[in-house]
Formats: sequence, structure tokens, C-alpha cells
Amino acid sequence: MKLVLNGEPRELDVHPLRRLLDVVREDCGLTGTKEGCGEGECGACTVLVDGEPVVSCLVPVAQVEGAEVTTIEGLAGSHPLQRTIMDEVGAQCGICTPGVVLAALPLVESPARPTLARVREALAGNLCRCTGYEAIHRAVLAAHAERHPK
Amino acid sequence: MRTATRGFTLRRERTLAAALRVLREEPGTVPIAGCTDVYVALQFGQSPGERYLDLTPLQALRRISTRGDRLVIGALATYTELRRSRLVRARLPMLMEAARQVGGLQIQNRGTVGGNLANASPAGDTLPVFAVADAEVVLAGPDGERRVPFTGFYTGYRESVRRPDELITAVEVPPVEGRQWFRKVGMRAAQAISKVMLAAVRAGSPRLALGSVAPTVLRLPRTETALAAGEPLEAALAALESEIAPIDDLRSTADYRRAVAANLVREFWARTT
Amino acid sequence: MASVGTNVTRKEGLDRATGAARYADDLRFPGMLHGRTIRTSVPRGRLNGFSLDFDRDGFTVVDHRDIPGENCIALIERDQPCLVAGAIHHAAEPVLLLAHEDRDTLFEARVRLHEEAESPILDPATSDHVFKQIRIEKGKLERGFGLADTVVEGTYSTGAQEHVYIEPNGVIAVPWEGGLTLHGSMQCPYYVLKALKVLLGEAVRDIRVVQSETGGGFGGKEEYPSMIAAHACLLALKSRRPVKIVYERGEDMVATTKRHPAIVRHRTGVTRHGRLTAMEVDVLMDGGAYCTLSPVVLSRGVIHAAGPYRCKHIRIDGRVVRTHTPPNGAFRGFGAPQTQFAVEVHMDRIAETLGLDPVTVRLRNALKPGDTTATGQVLGPETSAVMVLREAARRSGFKRKRRRYAGSARGIGLSLFYHGAGFTGSGEVMLASRAGLETTPEGVRILVASTEIGQGTRTMLAQIVADALGIAYEQVDVARPDTSVVPDSGPTVASRTCMVVGGLLERCAARMRERLAGLAPSEYHARHGRLHVEERYAPPPGRQWSDETYQGDAYATFGWGCDVAEVELDPVTHEARVTRFVAVQEFGRPIHPALARGQIEGGSAQGLGWALLEDVVFRDGVMANAQLTNYVIPTTLDTPPMDVVMLVNPYPGGPFGAKGVGEMPIDGPASAVVNAIRHAGLDVRAIPATPERLLRAPRLGGPAAPAAAATDAGPGAAEAGR
Repeated sequence: MKLVLNGEPRELDVHPLRRLLDVVREDCGLTGTKEGCGEGECGACTVLVDGEPVVSCLVPVAQVEGAEVTTIEGLAGSHPLQRTIMDEVGAQCGICTPGVVLAALPLVESPARPTLARVREALAGNLCRCTGYEAIHRAVLAAHAERHPK
Repeated sequence: MRTATRGFTLRRERTLAAALRVLREEPGTVPIAGCTDVYVALQFGQSPGERYLDLTPLQALRRISTRGDRLVIGALATYTELRRSRLVRARLPMLMEAARQVGGLQIQNRGTVGGNLANASPAGDTLPVFAVADAEVVLAGPDGERRVPFTGFYTGYRESVRRPDELITAVEVPPVEGRQWFRKVGMRAAQAISKVMLAAVRAGSPRLALGSVAPTVLRLPRTETALAAGEPLEAALAALESEIAPIDDLRSTADYRRAVAANLVREFWARTT
Repeated sequence: MASVGTNVTRKEGLDRATGAARYADDLRFPGMLHGRTIRTSVPRGRLNGFSLDFDRDGFTVVDHRDIPGENCIALIERDQPCLVAGAIHHAAEPVLLLAHEDRDTLFEARVRLHEEAESPILDPATSDHVFKQIRIEKGKLERGFGLADTVVEGTYSTGAQEHVYIEPNGVIAVPWEGGLTLHGSMQCPYYVLKALKVLLGEAVRDIRVVQSETGGGFGGKEEYPSMIAAHACLLALKSRRPVKIVYERGEDMVATTKRHPAIVRHRTGVTRHGRLTAMEVDVLMDGGAYCTLSPVVLSRGVIHAAGPYRCKHIRIDGRVVRTHTPPNGAFRGFGAPQTQFAVEVHMDRIAETLGLDPVTVRLRNALKPGDTTATGQVLGPETSAVMVLREAARRSGFKRKRRRYAGSARGIGLSLFYHGAGFTGSGEVMLASRAGLETTPEGVRILVASTEIGQGTRTMLAQIVADALGIAYEQVDVARPDTSVVPDSGPTVASRTCMVVGGLLERCAARMRERLAGLAPSEYHARHGRLHVEERYAPPPGRQWSDETYQGDAYATFGWGCDVAEVELDPVTHEARVTRFVAVQEFGRPIHPALARGQIEGGSAQGLGWALLEDVVFRDGVMANAQLTNYVIPTTLDTPPMDVVMLVNPYPGGPFGAKGVGEMPIDGPASAVVNAIRHAGLDVRAIPATPERLLRAPRLGGPAAPAAAATDAGPGAAEAGR
């Protein structure tokens, strides 16, 4: 099957029902996407499919045929949110961080300044046990401000 | 313990006819779309089958449109698509609210209306909405299309009249007169399976449907009759008590579900005068 | 420029945000096998055998007979077997280990255990075995009751709590010529090393334990990793291949440790003005099937059980007992959240009984410098109970809101609490921690076994060393916790890393500075080669503690906290929603303010989850709701905005005045929330205060709060379509 992974066209020979999470981590060697629960509850496995966040533990890889898939590695460490989330201590142990960054990405990229309520809503599917979320919200708002300076 | 899928097969067909042929010729094939329930089942070792049919290539089934005065929601419409639809916002805002309260955005981006219906859980988030809207389920099968009133679609716990060789292609919703109401009560504010859920319409003939208080989603005919007849609210709630059969489970108790179901109806009634 | 007190860039850089940080499951080794644990299903009984109903080709199978040393996970006691040999003491107890190259093949293998069930003891009140009993006595209890105008009694209970670190337990054992290396998610590499040495005996000459990037611990990876490490090592030894065991979430929740459930009874004598004259406390904790760390959890629990209050006559009796459930273990707070929940709700009940407000009754009794605690410890000037209480009350507008919300569905409640930093009593002496510092071409390297698990260990210790040496923070490197490289600076627990280990490093730096004689470390290194300095823990002079009488200086010092929670009771759903949370904490001073704030926000959220959402449902002696769908922790939408205040009161015995802050934040939220719910009219004395329980909670006296007012729709209701 063919897909575009982090901007690069790829051809994969994998079982169609294999979880996208496992394909990304094992067949493609990209371990930045994490498995926290396998039941779609924690969001640590979040990737973008055609720009939309999904939990990759619940996606059969066949369904991303022809799609653009972005994992945390696809940001190449250069997105402002990756820096603000460390600076604001929105990442403590960091295991939820790749999923949080990708889940927040559409909101940060969209020019309209999000309210705190919208930030919470966008991240309601990402569990963090370390931070209590406050610092994550601060990081997302800071990244948005940086991305869309007035 | 997670089920291995390597021995399973997946078919993907580009047309509805081809998909139906697979269901006919390979009985036991499990249709899948968003996989937000099926893959959870696999994670916990409860495999629904070994042969799967991916419906997502059937793009026509994603559409949200109208047919005459009816709203037509394609089976593959996701919760996100429902939330973004001007048609849904205008005609069925209680469905938008239900979609908004489904899981986090990641689940909303994948879960489909058809999947919610086919999964047939009494806790399905869209089910009370369609029940109270007197919707129709559109099924495609070997003999063509048939329509089933939503209120006749479920026959028991996780059982519907959908035959194994049929697919849900759409839900059709006639115009809803009156004010729409939806409230879901879960274990927490977000990303929660419902403990009790009410969809309702306030009109001359009020309509109410509850999720998670019986083996299937429930309309409440006796409660509705009492309210329509202008009986006092407490009489209607007594009727409600007789119509529901909540249980204790890992998430909640029958006692709680009973009390909150009544509160939800009270709240709806008071807030929609 | 000084780095202590500033928010320096963390030592981890961006790796956690880029996917470059590698956790246990991200590690791969050539020829690696996957491992799986076969567990019991009955909570008590005997194992009479097993059947392996699968093709053994490519499989490694291990049972208790493969254990070369002692079949136990050595900790305080050696009562917990690594693998069941005959007697079964809890469900999900490990019996067999399998390994195979292909994970699917591994998990498809059918194994049948032949178990004979016996009747389990599941209620701690009917337990037949006490792991540990402790009595703390001060003054003469009967004398104290003689001085009382009123006696208030109450029983309070707290449920188990599951850690839900987002990264489940995972390790990889890698055998090599003459030895074994164990990589994995953990808090205490030396605990794992000690346990492996006992398990493997003479069979393995050289064991090395290396911590990999760890995705959360909260105490759940303090002692448990020794078990999963033991399993991986046994499979690696037998197969001579690297073996990775990573738990699925469900297995992790069922089989690993949880917070000890507790029932605490109070009987308290007070004067009519609210002064405490006598405190009698009984603590019962459920330890599960094996001893693990229960004696120490009980210890911390009973020491904190009388709360941060002055009272001349105190008796605290605690016991932790066995039930046939998976053993309970370390969880942030370690006994203190349970007992302080009880005393703080009890204090509010005392206030209610006397017609006093919650602030006043606490001000009248709060510990001050010069006062003695229940163990007779004389408190120093770094005692801030009154300061945090006043600040929290002021900042939250407590008294004003207390009046305003009275009789409504809203409530405001507070809790006052403290938390001893470091190991109890003689614990630190027993640990005999060592820390090292060495020069490098770039500067210096810290050598400690303290692990980074999200709380900022590396960063914070580097700041202390940088400033103590007078060099730039960037020149301080921190060695990976690898037992072949770093000394045993003790476990990363008990709020000790900054104060105790940081304190050791401060002394290392002072000694190194003398030896450097004015040269920068990198210069010295270039000219003379490596300079290495090591310091061993020495107790502060004049400290006394008796393990027999439980009298003396329980901890080097205490942190102090006061939380205020505002709640709204939803009349339709009976949910208690926290709308605002104020946390005032004094822990000396923050080394890295943003990291310290993170501990307070995160610990408070975890405490709120424990109080309102997290319910471990047991059926047949094991957790029945072992899925994140059914055991729910707070999401962004469940967590209130938090107002955090970090008050400064430098502690001379800590590096740059710092104490510890990792655990204290979780001691306060549960009682603050329950006290707020009480203010809103419901008599709650147990957590989790789920809506199902609030529905049935008796109403408290006073002007009746309005019953389910249908006109006040809760925030979740949607009048759709307007």
C-alpha cells in the first residue's frame, strides 16, 4: 500500500488490519508515537491523517491508503509548540507529549486565537498524569501567539 | 489481551454493490468503518470475526444531504462531519450536541453514525437522538433498499433487524417540530461512555428517548403520553420509572441511573417551557 | 549568573517533544524476544500444575524451578515469590513466563493453570495477618479527654488508587558474556539490582541496571519494577536472548501495586473554643497479599495522622494487614494522603460541631515553631502552617465565600497539611546514600542514582551543583542512572531527591571547590585529569529517633500546605464539580519554579482524581474495571483552573534552603474538596465521592440546601437549537 508519511511517499508491505500505531513504530521505525492504552482513551498514539488528529491504535493501516500521515517526527523539532511545551513545563515525563503536540497542532496552525475553553476541548482526548494540564494550555497559547504574531 | 489480526482478511470495495456481494458470498464478514469500537474489542481479546470489510472507500456514504424535507445522513459521516454540517446545525442541533460530547476530537474524527448504529450499544451517543426524531434507518441489501423506523430497529441487547448481508447506508430524519434537547451524563466531563443520556423534543406531543437505562435505547411512550395529556410532572415520572430497566455495572448503579433519568426529564421539562 | 531559582532550560532539551526520547518499548536489541506473564485467576488457593497446549518450537518457558537464587522479590521482607511455586495468595499472581520472537505467536499460546481455590480474605477488617503495627503515644490520652468540653468521633475511608502513569511498566533484559543488563522504566535502579542479586544468586556474576526514559512513576515504579525485571531476566538467562516485557494497560492495572485503601477512626476531645485536648486515632490499611512497602506506608501514614496540629495528648494506633488481593505499594504521598484526608474532614466536623469556622479552628491548633508533633519532634522556624493557612484563606476569599455560598449548591472547603521530607526517622541513615561528582573536559558530571521521571531531577540537581561550584549550569552534565556507573544515592521517592541527594551534591561541590583551588573544573581536568569526589549521607547533628517507641525526629523537616477548593453540586447529575482550586505550599524555596509549580498542579490534579473520579472496583479479589474507559482519570475538561502560590521559608538543612515538594501536593485536595461538598450540604466522609455516592449522602443540618432544582440546569445540559 502507498501513503505519504511525514511528507515522503512510502510503499509498505504490511497486513491491512495491522494497527497504524504498530506500522509506524515497528515497520517504519518511528517510535515517537506511543502506546499508552490500546483502547483509544489516552491519546498518546495520536497522529495526523490528512491533517486531522486520530488515535492510531484504532486505525487499520489499510485505511490510510493514499493519505498523508504525520507523526511527531514529521515536525522535525522545529515547530514552536515543541519548544513552548518544554519551556512552560507542559511536558514532565514526556510520554503524552508527542500525542498532545499533534492533537493541538490544528488549533495552533489556525489563525483564530483559541480561547482557553477551546484549548481544553481540543485536548480532551489526551490524558496527562503529570502536569494537571495547566502548563500544557499555557504552552499551546504561547505557541499560537508565536505562530500568529499580531 | 490483544487479538492478533494477522490471520484475518480485509476486503475493500469501491462500490456498494460490490460490498454487498462480499457480505452475501462470505457470511460472517464484519463491516468496519471508524473502528472506534471494533479495535477496542480486538484489544481486549473479543474478536467479532476473522473476515472484515472496510466500508471507508464508499465515499458516497459520507454525504449529509436532503431528500425532500428530510435530512439524510450518510452512514459514514463522522462526528466531526456532523459538527461541521450546516444542515445538521439547522435541522438537528441535538445531534450536533451528541457529536460534541462523543470522546475527544480524535474519536470524533473517526467514529461514524453507521458504526454507532450497527454497534447497537444501548449507550450509543446518537441513538437517543434518532429515536426521538422518529428517524428511519436505510438499509441496502441483496433485494435492494429498505427502510426501518428507528424505533423498530433494535430488538434486544446489541441486536438489530439488520441482516448480516445488509449494510446501513443512511439515516433519514424528518423535520423535527419543537425544541430539541440533549444531555449526556458520563463518568467525567469528556471522553466518557454514557451512564445515562436523554434526547428530547418539546412540542405539543413531547418525545423522549433515553440511552443506557435498558438493553436498548428507549423511547418512553407512557411518559410521553402523560406529559402530552398535561398530567403533573410527578405522574409522568412515575410512568418513566415503569418504562426503564437500568442495571448496576462497572460504571454506575441502577439506583443512580434511575434517579438521574428522572432528573434529566425534570430538567428538560422545566427548561423548555 | 545564579541558576537556582530560575527556570533554566531543562537538561532533556527538546527530545520529549520531538519523539527522540526513548522509553522502554522504544528500545530494540538484536535477537530480542518478547515476554509474557501467565497469572493466576483465583485469589487464594493452590497451584497443582499447568498444561502448555501449544507448539513449543521457538518458545522459552520459565517456572519457579528455573530460579537460580531465592524465589522472591527481595524488599523489606522476602515473602513475595517471583513465581508461584504452590500457594496462591492473590489473583493475577505470576506463575509462568513465556518468551518468543513473534509477539502474536507468543500471545496466542494457550496455557492452562490447574488451580484449586480456597476461600479468600478480601475485607481488611477480617484479616488474619498483620504486616506491621505501630503505636505513637504522646502525653496521657485519658487526661486529655478529661480536659475536653466535647468529644467528636468519626470514621473516614479512602479507596485504592491506580497510578495510571501513561507509560505502562516495561523492561528489557540483555544477557551478555558473564552478565546481564536490565534496561527499563523505573524509579530506583538499586532496588532492582538488589532484588535481582537475591533472585539470581551466583548464577550471574555481573548485573547492571540502567534506567530508560520513564513515562511517569508516582511511586508505581518504585518497587514494582523489581518484579517485571526479575521476570525478564529469568527469560533472558534461559533463552540467552534479550527479552522485552511491556505490559498492556489492562495487565498493568490489574497486576501491579496500588495505593493502600484505608479506614481511619478519630475520637477527639476539644474545648468549646476549639482547642484540641486529646486525639485518639486508629488507622487500618489494606496491604494486599504481600508485605512490599506496607510497613513504611503505615509509618508515614501514622506519623501524619494527627495532622499539622498541636495537641498534648495523642495516641495513634495503626496496622496494615493482609488480604488476598494484588499487593499494594508506594503511591505519591505514601500513607499521608489517606490519614490527612481523615484528620482534615474530621477537623471540619469539629468546627461544625462547635459552630466555629474552618479557618479559626485550624488557626487555634496549627503547629508553630517550637511546638512538638505527635512523635515529640520540636519544630524549627521553617514551620509554616499558620502562614500557608492565612495566605490560602485570604487569597481564596474563604470567609466571604463561606458565608455567601451557605445554603446553596456551591461550597468552599479547605485543608491544612504537612509532609515530611526524606525517609522517616532512621531511614536515611539506613539508606546510607552516596553521591558523586567528577570533572569532565566540559565541566562536571553528577553521579547519582536518582532518576528523572518527569519531575526534573537532572535539571534541579544540575542547578544546585552549578551554583555551589560557581560555574555555568550548561557545564554540568548528569550521568544516566546506570548502576555500573553511579553510586547508590537511594531511591527516587519520599520527596528526598532535592533535599537529601541535592544536599549531598552540595557537599560534594564544596569539597571539589576546595580541591580545584581556583581552577575551573574543565581547566583542572585538562591539566590534572579527572577529579572525583564522593559524599555519604550523614544525619543532621542532634537528631534522635526510636523505631521502637516511634518517638523523636521523624523527618529532617516538613513542607506545609493549604488547599482551598470551590465546588458546585449539580442537582441533576449529583456530580461535584471543582470550579476553582487554590494551592498554597511552602517547601523551603523552589529550585526551578516552573518545575515546582508543575509538581503542585500535577499532584493536585491527581489528588482531585482520587477524590472524585477514580474508583478501583474489585470483584473476586481483583480490579474489574481495568480499562481507561472504566477507570477514569481527569481530562482537561475535569481539571479546574489552579491558583498556585509557592511561599518561601528557607530551610537551612536543605540545598539553597530547599525542602521537598514531590508528594505534598497530593495530601490536600481530597479533604479540601470533601469539605467543600460538606459546606454545600452533604455529609461525605469517604472517597471517591462519586455521583453515585453523593446521590445517597445524608444531608447536613442547617438551612436545607435546595433539592434537585430543576430550574438550575447544570453546565452539561444543552438547549439545542436556540
